[in-house]
Amino acid sequence: MSILVLGLGNILLSDEGVGVRIVEALDASHELPDEVEVLDGGTSGMDLLDMVAERDCLIVADAVNADQPAGGVIRLEDDDIRMLFETRFSPHQLGLSDLLATLRLVGKAPRRVVVVGVVPQNLTLGMELSPAVAQGRDAALAMIVDELTRLGAAPRPRLH
Amino acid sequence: MTRITIDPITRIEGHLRIDCEVDDGKVTKAWSSGQMWRGIEIILKDRDPRDAWIFTQRICGVCTTVHAIASVRAVENALNLEVPLNAQYIRNMIVAAHGVHDHIVHFYHLAALDWVDIVSALKGDPEGAAKLGATLSDYRANSAPNIRAVRDKLKAFVDSGNLGVFASGYWGHPAMKLPPDVNLLAATHYIQALDVQRSANKIVTILGSKTPHIQNLAVGGVANAINPDSQSTLTLERLFAIRALIDELGDFVNNAMMNDVAAVGALYAEWTKYGAGVTNYLSVPDLPLDTKGTKFELPGGYIPAGDLGKFQAINSYHDAFFRDGVKEAVKHSWYEYSGASASLHPFDGQTMPKYDDFHDDGKYSWIKAPTFLDKRAQVGPLANVLGMYAAGHEPTKRHLTKLVDAASKVAGTQIPLSALHSTVGRIAARAVRCAVLLEALQNQWQLLVDNIAKGDTRTFNRPVFPKGEVRGFGYHEAPRGVLSHWVVIKDGKIDNYQAVVPSTWNAGPRDHNDEPGPYEAALIDNPVADAKLPLEVLRTVHSFDPCIACAVHLADADKRPLVQVKAM
Repeated sequence: MSILVLGLGNILLSDEGVGVRIVEALDASHELPDEVEVLDGGTSGMDLLDMVAERDCLIVADAVNADQPAGGVIRLEDDDIRMLFETRFSPHQLGLSDLLATLRLVGKAPRRVVVVGVVPQNLTLGMELSPAVAQGRDAALAMIVDELTRLGAAPRPRLH
Repeated sequence: MTRITIDPITRIEGHLRIDCEVDDGKVTKAWSSGQMWRGIEIILKDRDPRDAWIFTQRICGVCTTVHAIASVRAVENALNLEVPLNAQYIRNMIVAAHGVHDHIVHFYHLAALDWVDIVSALKGDPEGAAKLGATLSDYRANSAPNIRAVRDKLKAFVDSGNLGVFASGYWGHPAMKLPPDVNLLAATHYIQALDVQRSANKIVTILGSKTPHIQNLAVGGVANAINPDSQSTLTLERLFAIRALIDELGDFVNNAMMNDVAAVGALYAEWTKYGAGVTNYLSVPDLPLDTKGTKFELPGGYIPAGDLGKFQAINSYHDAFFRDGVKEAVKHSWYEYSGASASLHPFDGQTMPKYDDFHDDGKYSWIKAPTFLDKRAQVGPLANVLGMYAAGHEPTKRHLTKLVDAASKVAGTQIPLSALHSTVGRIAARAVRCAVLLEALQNQWQLLVDNIAKGDTRTFNRPVFPKGEVRGFGYHEAPRGVLSHWVVIKDGKIDNYQAVVPSTWNAGPRDHNDEPGPYEAALIDNPVADAKLPLEVLRTVHSFDPCIACAVHLADADKRPLVQVKAM
């Protein structure tokens, strides 16, 4: 089993970087089993081809627009994600949808794709998350930990 | 008259919106509007200049590396800090490998589908495509079984109906001209390029520790330790792994990519007549060969009005001709300058927003309009290749001649060098630059190995920040052209920081003299066969390699959206 937890976002634009902040928090708070890799993908698209290819499961953490208040967390899987790309909830999905389509073409697409998204509030210049979205980050982190546990790759909390 | 609007959907490096007025099947007027990053100074102000490169890597989603390199060079320039030879060579290998990667991905994965028809490729004959490939080069992967396997894979993919991003391709468009066998050969290389590009990225990863966002830079050098006796540093074993990757890339770029680009150039010869636009070309020298940045492997400079005889070289990291030539105007941008200045130098740059909607004859863009010597300038691989050619750079001349000869053979007529001032010329120049960079990558590898063999293992000089104010600029010939970072440091802290990025040069709006920018000028007289499917507009915009995703909205004279297509 090979699992990639990929955080996407621009950390220079406050809540836009929440995906990156989620994977940073995951890495800081948990010991991960060998089969789980965590990557801060920034705003890259095709650059991530190698990292995403041939994974059993890809878990994407990202900022998404959804019919929910700021800080709300959504989870989407496989078929829902196709729709997500068509309606473009997040600016990174153009890169990510290109990437996944290309991997499908060459038969190296991840077997399963899960998106865990947080609704942003503030997209202005800055390095900090707004308070509501910081709460969303923690909820998304818990959701990803559950996801990994269900996959049989449970992260262990780090003892500080 | 029809108006076409290409509208933003991304915040990655900035928005791009292209508006065209189309009359009688031709573009008569064009506007390029956007918001590039103008706020980096807010985040960098008062920070330690040694940390700036970590932040600037996040400006862009495609070229993280280039902003890291330009940033350390700017701070080193302010301090007059020399960089050890090993560090120069290691940085040079990273930027060359990054450039090769970027150019391969741009041609095959971001631009080729404007010219190559995948559905037509399914009608191609693997034997015929293999035979065609054999007449062009002895590239080993051009075999009929390889090509048949790709065709079957494509067929299964198209039959699945699940095309994803490929669904927006303009397949069967009347402007698609390649015969099925050529489409099939190019499609085969499209698939192979997905594997090949990894080799370039691996080089960046080995030297930079990580992609995206390399981790090995430092103001004053690199953090790669060199110790021939240690397993945990940059060893000869790692260096020979890089050498093998360079060779793999060479086979593909020289034997597949150069020929595909030549075929596109020859079979779309009419596209040498469109898209010249601004023919003042600006490029900067890169791949420094000494510690001070006074000698470079790749030359660069300024060519006014497309006249290669008037080329003026830029010679060093302290070159006053470049430093003093750059200004930015805001007459048509959503900013205002205090006082009466029509344009300002980046060191004195002001960022005071003044937004008031899109006005065709007024302000319509968040991008400033950069000028060089008070004129608009085009940047990018075409500017770079013409500059290197004018400077007499032998590898550039050799690769350019090879590509033009290959295209002339397919076209059955000698193509003149002047054909490069065009949409298809920009694509051709990018392939030539890719081959030149690859050769430079080989040279830099050899220089590094030879220097280590001499016993030099130094990779870092410690920066010392003086009291008071110092100013510096750093430039890099990035995959999309001239990138410059400008920094003012006061008492060891950043006081002002400006990045003038390649897409600002090319995508900027009209300047203080109402002169259009390179995108805008290049679109004039561009044909548009079907205003609902403006493939031709995309060809010209894509030839600049805009590293932004855009959506195309078509609006009629009342500006009601008619159709929306997605484009990269």
